[in-house]
Amino acid sequence: MADKKVIVYSTPTCPYCKRVKDYLTQKGVSFSDYNVAEDREKAKEMIDKSKQMGVPVIVVDNDVVVGFNQAKLDSLLA
Amino acid sequence: MYDLMIIGGGPAGLAASVYAARKQLKTLLVSGDIGGQINTTWGIENYLGYQFIEGPELINKFQAQVGQFPIDQKIGDKVRQLKKTSGGFEAITEASDKYQSKTAIIATGKIPRKLNVPGETELTGRGVTYCAICDGPIFAGQKVAVVGGGNSALEAVLDMVKIAEHVNLVSLTPLTGDRVLSNQLKDAKNLTVFLEHETREIKGQGLVDGIRIRDAKSGEEKELEVGGVFIEIGLVPNSDAVKELVQLNQWGEVTVTPRNETSVPGLYAAGDVTDVPEKQILVAAGEGAKAALQAHRYLQRLVK
Repeated sequence: MADKKVIVYSTPTCPYCKRVKDYLTQKGVSFSDYNVAEDREKAKEMIDKSKQMGVPVIVVDNDVVVGFNQAKLDSLLA
Repeated sequence: MYDLMIIGGGPAGLAASVYAARKQLKTLLVSGDIGGQINTTWGIENYLGYQFIEGPELINKFQAQVGQFPIDQKIGDKVRQLKKTSGGFEAITEASDKYQSKTAIIATGKIPRKLNVPGETELTGRGVTYCAICDGPIFAGQKVAVVGGGNSALEAVLDMVKIAEHVNLVSLTPLTGDRVLSNQLKDAKNLTVFLEHETREIKGQGLVDGIRIRDAKSGEEKELEVGGVFIEIGLVPNSDAVKELVQLNQWGEVTVTPRNETSVPGLYAAGDVTDVPEKQILVAAGEGAKAALQAHRYLQRLVK
């Protein structure tokens, strides 16, 4: 799992986003965090990748997860 | 066969899990998520033991506490239907898994009310959102609509006027939110308020590009060009999975006795999905504890 590239697209006001990041940190997964409230380019990238406009979006290598779906994250990170 | 199946992972279901585990009941917790409505809250200032705690932090603490106990957890799947069987109950989930138990607790809470208009379901997450505090910032610089007239709608408007190009507030009724909030709307230059207007349709191919509204008095319809629609029209009890099994009140809440009993023996309910007055995290947790203890008593009577 050490080699998987994990990206989180989030906003600072979204409670689910904080929980996703807490969860990844607790699992020892390092990730890049983009604040799509500030970074318009990353917001566009998130919408392109996930075909939707809700946060959080988590990208594990090429797999896109919308929302804090713990079971799905576990299986992608396993 | 489980002794107890707890349906829902908000404060009621999690408190029930702790109490059930401490009574050494063979317990299953099934829920779409952990935390329920706390997931859409930032500051909590009325949960005992914390003068202030953030919603996600409180959920993490709940989850860690439940995680100490040897109960089975199925998180990420939801119960589609709960049925009575000869030995107790059977739940069928959205993933078509089946679980059996001798007793059950319904702790499914409340969920955002839907408008039930064309385009809403298809465009959810594609510009339609029910969590303004989560997704609001993504619509910075865009034209948006907030549907609703209560406090949560007004709070969404006040957040969005700061960052959106233009905000349309569409309310079917006169504003019902607190005056402290509605007074602040007067200063906003980029806000148009449509009172007594019905939202008829959300439009867009792939992503939202507009809504169609109708003046409830004159019947006149107009279309507004918007990229985001925030639906803030309150909450409804999440009781669909049990509506054919238990007695509900006129609002769809599960009616319970002071001992959390429903109309079906062995089936209990707790928290915001019930008709218990006051929908609060603290109250829901207390109700969840009560329900688990009642389920334990019921199981003890079964073996006698």
